Amino acid sequence: MNETAHIEHRDYAAAKLGMWLFLFTEILLFGGMFLVYAEYRQLNTAAFHEAGREMNIFIGAANTVILLTSSLTMALAISAIKKGMKIRSLLFQAATVLLGLGFLVNKYFEWSDHIRKGLYPDSPVLLAMSHGKILFFGLYYVMTGIHALHVIIGLSVIIFMFALTLRGNISDTDYVKLENTGLFWHIVDIIWIYLFPLFYLIL
Amino acid sequence: MEASFYHAKTRYPGIFGWIFTTDHKRVGLLYLFSTLSFFAVGVSLGLTMRLELIRSGMHFYSAQTYNAIFTLHGVIMIFLFIIPGIPSSLGNFIMPLQIGARDVAFPKINILSWGLFIMGGAIAVTSLFTGGGPPDTGWTFYVPYSIRTGTNISLAVFGVFLIGLSSTLTGMNFLTTIHRLRAPGMTWKRMTLFTWSIYATSWIQLLATPVLAITLLLIIIERNFGVGFFDPAKGGDPILFEHMFWIYSHPAVYIMILPAMGTVTDIIPVFTRRNIFGYSFIAASSLAIAFVGYLVWGHHMFTSGMSDTARIIFSLLTFIVAVPSGIKVFNWIASLYKGSIRMNAPLLYTLAFIFLFSIGGLTGLVQGALATAVHVHGTYFIVGHFHYVMFGGAGFGFFAGLHYWFPKITGKLYEEHLAKLACFFLFIGFNMLYFSMFVLGWEGMPRRYYDYLPRFNGPNLVATIGSWILAMGLIIMFYNLIHSLFAGNKAGDNPWEAASLEWQTTSPPPVENFATQPVVTKGPYEFR
Repeated sequence: MNETAHIEHRDYAAAKLGMWLFLFTEILLFGGMFLVYAEYRQLNTAAFHEAGREMNIFIGAANTVILLTSSLTMALAISAIKKGMKIRSLLFQAATVLLGLGFLVNKYFEWSDHIRKGLYPDSPVLLAMSHGKILFFGLYYVMTGIHALHVIIGLSVIIFMFALTLRGNISDTDYVKLENTGLFWHIVDIIWIYLFPLFYLIL
Repeated sequence: MEASFYHAKTRYPGIFGWIFTTDHKRVGLLYLFSTLSFFAVGVSLGLTMRLELIRSGMHFYSAQTYNAIFTLHGVIMIFLFIIPGIPSSLGNFIMPLQIGARDVAFPKINILSWGLFIMGGAIAVTSLFTGGGPPDTGWTFYVPYSIRTGTNISLAVFGVFLIGLSSTLTGMNFLTTIHRLRAPGMTWKRMTLFTWSIYATSWIQLLATPVLAITLLLIIIERNFGVGFFDPAKGGDPILFEHMFWIYSHPAVYIMILPAMGTVTDIIPVFTRRNIFGYSFIAASSLAIAFVGYLVWGHHMFTSGMSDTARIIFSLLTFIVAVPSGIKVFNWIASLYKGSIRMNAPLLYTLAFIFLFSIGGLTGLVQGALATAVHVHGTYFIVGHFHYVMFGGAGFGFFAGLHYWFPKITGKLYEEHLAKLACFFLFIGFNMLYFSMFVLGWEGMPRRYYDYLPRFNGPNLVATIGSWILAMGLIIMFYNLIHSLFAGNKAGDNPWEAASLEWQTTSPPPVENFATQPVVTKGPYEFR
């Protein structure tokens, strides 16, 4: 008997359940960093306020709009494949990837601007500043950095899904992979929605 | 009759039929083989530590080497043996059989978990021979030392990160499996209590491990980029690290002990020929332990600097978490009452488990109470306590399960007399080794030192001799199991006449687990 024969069963509900459980773990992963943020903001409120002025609100806001729009295009790609509109779904997936890349490009310019000013972990400029500012920039790089890593992983998965859709593996009868990818992409978006005010707005 | 899964044709030939398998039984055996190999390494390291500590003075290796060896012993035993020990090996093999499933919900993720586990283990081992030398921080990787030491922390921590990811994926996989793939008629209250314990364990694996993952990532980031989160010189707070570490690592001790509790709960009814006493209470207490276990992490930090309010609350919660464990112990004892007891090796190991775990649990309360915690903190009392719980509990539970399910997994019988002899040696050696530590700790011998004052000589000698007897027990046990694997008598499908579903198929089972879809009509412990 061939051992691979029995794994080809499909269980839509199980696939969704597994994905939601995985998303819990993502929230807890970022939860750890939000905990660090909460403690250091509590201890260094004034310094966080000052350091926040170094942030470029325009780029932050632009990235928020870009990421929210990419979540919309992702949702549209899923509803298109459910209706069997393959080409439309592919276009929306491509749009999602482009928007995600746009987010990363903005992030690149934002980070390089800070690095040019000497504001990066362990830099002489930063070490001369107060503890609160050191921690603020540490948190800024770590939290947005790990978030950007999730954007990169998300984009890679969407590109993979694009290929699967092209080959017909994802279709109006079997679209749970794309749906789960969408769920992952939304959680990346939701985390950004919390990062944006914490680093750009409430200071 | 269908051929067993060992003889089934696989997609890839030879060894690749194992390492690229998606069959939960093969994945379980891969885990079993790899965790037991790591266990052998961990035991050897422990034995050399005991040899160094045979009497006061420096004998065989330097202080730095001793630091590296106790770190390794801890990392290997905790992350590479006990945490994956029962859930990933026996859980993988037995749990789908017990609920009447053909496989886990995500077979490919299952083998991916094993791959991540092995990669993590390999990276952790590599860290010994590269960079600045083997890590010397202890398995807890406490800052600020773990940030400042020149040894190879980053690589070791990354290995543990991968193992954590593997553990999370296993938890996710098992939860989905238990929710979705139960056979017709397999209601929640007809599941075995082993499956219940795996279910509770999986929730902890899923909801606690990510916190460890981020904490470990922050250590790596801290060491490489100096962001300053845990560095007091830059405004960071080392106590925050301890909180984040124990938010995972306390629930993790329940990842270690719950599956062992589930294992012995399955064994007791089979060898007493009566239904388990208090089924619902045992099932619910697993979930209660999983839940309350989240809220007690602060008791690792009673002397680290916390407000008195926090300490009192954590102390109270620690007492509360002992209640569900107590419920289990009383129900086990009640299940023995008026049973027709067959004293086979699995039950013998189970009784040893109950005895040792009770001592471990009760000495835990000594540390849960604030006043005594201050007295025994950082002493050998702690070492004695967690070896009673982890080795006497999780370890003996694992051995009980190994013997109980040995005929299921291999289709052979182990040699009963040898198994009992091994259990006897293990029990005697164990108590000599670890009870001495309670005495030493109570008298004030600090843990984690390569040397001690001459007045501690006596119990240390007893402990070291105990470690040899314990090792002898392990050798006899594994000799017996390995020898029986090749030369044991045929077991038949259900040698223990158990009623739970895993025994209703052939031993070893076919690839598809059951020749026909099983339909469940009764509970797992109804023998009549």
